[in-house]
Amino acid sequence: MTYEQKNLRVVGTRPIRHDGPDKVTGRANYASDFTLPGMLWGRVLRSPHAHAKVLSINTDKARALPGVKAVITGADLPLPPPGVTQAGESAINTQHLAKNLLARDKVLYDGHPVAAVAAISEAVAREALGLIEIEYEVLPHVIDVDEAMKADAPLLHDDLFTEGVEPRPETPSNIAKRIVVSKGDIEKGFAEADIVIERTYTTKAVHQGYIEPQGCVANYAEDGQAMVWCSSQGQFVIRDLCITMLGMEASSLKVIPAEIGGGFGGKTTVYLEPLALMLSKASGRPVKMTMSRGEVLRATGPHSGSSMTARIGAMKDGTITSAEVVIKFQAGAFPGSPVGAAVMFCSAPYDIPNLSITGYDVVVNIAKVHAYRAPGAPNGAFAFETVLDELAHELKMDPIDFRAKNSAVEGSKSPYGPTYGPLGGIECLSSAKNHPHYKANLGPNQGRGVASGFWINIGGQSAATVVVNRDGTISLVEGCPDIGGSRASLAMMCAEVLGIAAEKVRPSIVDTTAIAFNDVTGGSRVTFATGMAVVQATEDAVRQMRERAAKMWDIEVDQVGWRDGAAQEMNGNRSLTISQIAQKAAKTGGQIMGHASINAAGAGPSLTTHLCDLEVDRETGKITILRYTAFQDAGKAVHPSYVEGQMQGGVVQGIGWALNEEYIHDENGRLENAGFLDYRMPVASDLPMIDAVIIEVPNPNHPFGVRGVGEAPIVPPLAAIANAIYDATGVRMRDLPFSPPKVLAALEAAEKTKANG
Amino acid sequence: MARVVLSGDLGRRFAGGEVEIRVEGSNVLRLIKALEERYPGIAEALESDAMAVAIDGIVYQDAMLEDVGEEAEVYFLPAIRGGR
Amino acid sequence: MAKSHVSTTVNGDPVEFLCDTAETMLDVLRNTMGLTGTKEGCGTGDCGACSIIVDGRLVCGCLMLAVEATGKQVTTIEGIGAPDRLHPVQQAFLEDAALQCGFCTPGFIVAAKALLDRNPDPSETEIRYWLAGNLCRCTGYDKIVRAVQHAAAEMKGQPA
Ligand code: FES
Ligand code: FES
Repeated sequence: MTYEQKNLRVVGTRPIRHDGPDKVTGRANYASDFTLPGMLWGRVLRSPHAHAKVLSINTDKARALPGVKAVITGADLPLPPPGVTQAGESAINTQHLAKNLLARDKVLYDGHPVAAVAAISEAVAREALGLIEIEYEVLPHVIDVDEAMKADAPLLHDDLFTEGVEPRPETPSNIAKRIVVSKGDIEKGFAEADIVIERTYTTKAVHQGYIEPQGCVANYAEDGQAMVWCSSQGQFVIRDLCITMLGMEASSLKVIPAEIGGGFGGKTTVYLEPLALMLSKASGRPVKMTMSRGEVLRATGPHSGSSMTARIGAMKDGTITSAEVVIKFQAGAFPGSPVGAAVMFCSAPYDIPNLSITGYDVVVNIAKVHAYRAPGAPNGAFAFETVLDELAHELKMDPIDFRAKNSAVEGSKSPYGPTYGPLGGIECLSSAKNHPHYKANLGPNQGRGVASGFWINIGGQSAATVVVNRDGTISLVEGCPDIGGSRASLAMMCAEVLGIAAEKVRPSIVDTTAIAFNDVTGGSRVTFATGMAVVQATEDAVRQMRERAAKMWDIEVDQVGWRDGAAQEMNGNRSLTISQIAQKAAKTGGQIMGHASINAAGAGPSLTTHLCDLEVDRETGKITILRYTAFQDAGKAVHPSYVEGQMQGGVVQGIGWALNEEYIHDENGRLENAGFLDYRMPVASDLPMIDAVIIEVPNPNHPFGVRGVGEAPIVPPLAAIANAIYDATGVRMRDLPFSPPKVLAALEAAEKTKANG
Repeated sequence: MARVVLSGDLGRRFAGGEVEIRVEGSNVLRLIKALEERYPGIAEALESDAMAVAIDGIVYQDAMLEDVGEEAEVYFLPAIRGGR
Repeated sequence: MAKSHVSTTVNGDPVEFLCDTAETMLDVLRNTMGLTGTKEGCGTGDCGACSIIVDGRLVCGCLMLAVEATGKQVTTIEGIGAPDRLHPVQQAFLEDAALQCGFCTPGFIVAAKALLDRNPDPSETEIRYWLAGNLCRCTGYDKIVRAVQHAAAEMKGQPA
């Protein structure tokens, strides 16, 4: 489907979202709001060690406790055949997943599950966990990515040999994979440069931080039919992972999507669901499991900490000639970090002739990392965009002009290969440069930072059904969990095609037995890909309604057009509204239902530029964000309020990552800050209003020009803040987070250098 | 004939480095078949779920029947995961 | 251990329940009474998803023992607004798109109502500090703060 410019009446407006009233009254049901009669409570016993051999597990005492109905360990979950399950967009190694669900001979991180119980109450379940006896032999552990790459580092897996290097190494290591993106000749490029800057950066693991902990209810019946109620970013992915883990058939498991309390990538895999199914099967009763916040932080996907070196060269006129970047990512306990995206996208806003970007995926003793909003891209942008800032300063160029001079445009070749279609990069930069924010005055100890970011956005499989009711209302059936207003934007696109009000379309998100496969809500794909499915399903319904109208008028269908929610006779002035057609549907062939099941491609990348003003308190090292403006190409904002909301939310996650958030481990590798008190996410009083400027450069591959919007906004803040700190203080900080003690130390070190110099 | 670029790991594994080649094939399925004749074993790598293909700049996560024009530019690249 | 018997008032209705002494008000609301509008995000008093109003004071349901409810007036999200009319804070959240996933929303609405009950004309800074005990990971707070400002304006415009 391609973009057509047309007058839009619904798309681009701001109706109240359809699921809004349920969510402001507490009526909406999330993962742990569901109960079944006779339900048991399940809980997980987790490793207290970062790395240890499991010598023995004895569950006898726990089983003997009155009220305990089932106990399971790794021995009860046979390894599935080796392979990769396509969990929507994430490729998940099935055997690693099984070992992550329940450890076998080895535990690989603090929080690694070793056993689970189901009991008549949560209290009994907790007590039972305390009765499980496990003998561990503690092993040396490694968490830092650079340490983990050393030849003498403690080895997590003795069968892991680095992929992507020729010849294949003969000894195992913690380096799971090396990936390289390159073009041109970097040394030639550096030789052409008048100035070359090389810097090293580190970032700590951070968490997605969704406020709703993982939870589920599972019910496994005697005949092998089962259901899971849970909140996830995709009920189909949960189903596929569960059936792969448990050797079930797809038609035997119904996964019912609860409302989801945030995911940001973290809810595209399973932690509890297979265990709850196993416990339900073993006990013959429904089982509910929920995680505590501590469990969420210890055992569910954080995002990789990283270590990066970026070297970029430019000529006096500001032309970037060459860039070399090395990026190392923590993968957690099993291979599979998002380092690939960091490699492919860190330089993607720019057209640079000579490039070499290398990424390493490295296993370490923390929970297996999982996707986090634009996975990997913020790390890469942190390194790349701060070196750019240094270059702009050295060249005495305005940082926006410097970026604009090197911007990729339509027809430029992307670092990952393909040639770009229309891109909004230049538009974001010029809009930032002309914005009053960029000209506003700054006071002492205040600074302004600029950074840009890129996210590719993806398409994927989506399905939609448009059911035309007798009264002319529409039931829109879809299968992508709504994390941030997607029901509204999908209903709006349906309403636009029909020519009716958005309120006349009622969207619902259904279980895995009620619609065809949908990839996860992720990759900023729903408004784009499911939107495309909705448009096609609606067009299918319109075509059928025109046919029915033709039958009712006894004329040829090509004599019937469609406008304003009604079939229109072309050579006459008769018209039939949706309800008039629907009321006769029984006589003209049965209820009308449009359908589409597609695999959408051509999502079109998002470009974004951020401006950040901040103040550094020289006494305490505290950084206060004073003003923040994000400029982003949304292609077309279907519901502008929710596009702004995505931008504001992404910016604030980035601010938290930059200023405070980090995983802190003690010397035994235990997570020290496994709670919201110490894993400090931004609160309202930390922040100013976040201005969101939506730029619309239509995506040629979508009927309304939509691009994804959800992920790009988290890409620039790390660098924008680092650059603003420099502007405020003259100090370059390269180790995240910029927490007060670190800022203070950096300021003091700079004072000392000055005094000595 | 489409212009196919085998870059990064793919190029190294099957062509001894990055190569740009002209290949006959009016859709992705036929293109991969032609590539397999030239580089035995490559089809399995290209058809893996972990790969996506870009045809004239548009990225397809799972391509098979998509048209490949006479002058098309084709890249195979790792599929990307999303976080929202 | 014998359970404690508690008589209290929840959303205006007299309620009696039995609970373990260690049980929190949040657990009783959600698991015993089925009032699942009040959410649990942390269980340690750090996220505000469990915000309720007890005798006019904003408290974290997860930090209050259920036995402490004896003789108190408890208001939860289910007790805010009427079937025919949402509370102005609820209405403002809808109109201003102040929610994305909506999981933090009941807590924010309860907290914002508690604020406006005592301070009908809060400044932006007062709103931000009052709501600092409530975490939202989706919105960046911008639209939440605006919705509270909007609700305050609405409520002032209406005869009490
Ligand atoms: S659940 Fe009570 S404050 Fe988080
Ligand atoms: S709307 Fe999702 S946490 Fe606030």
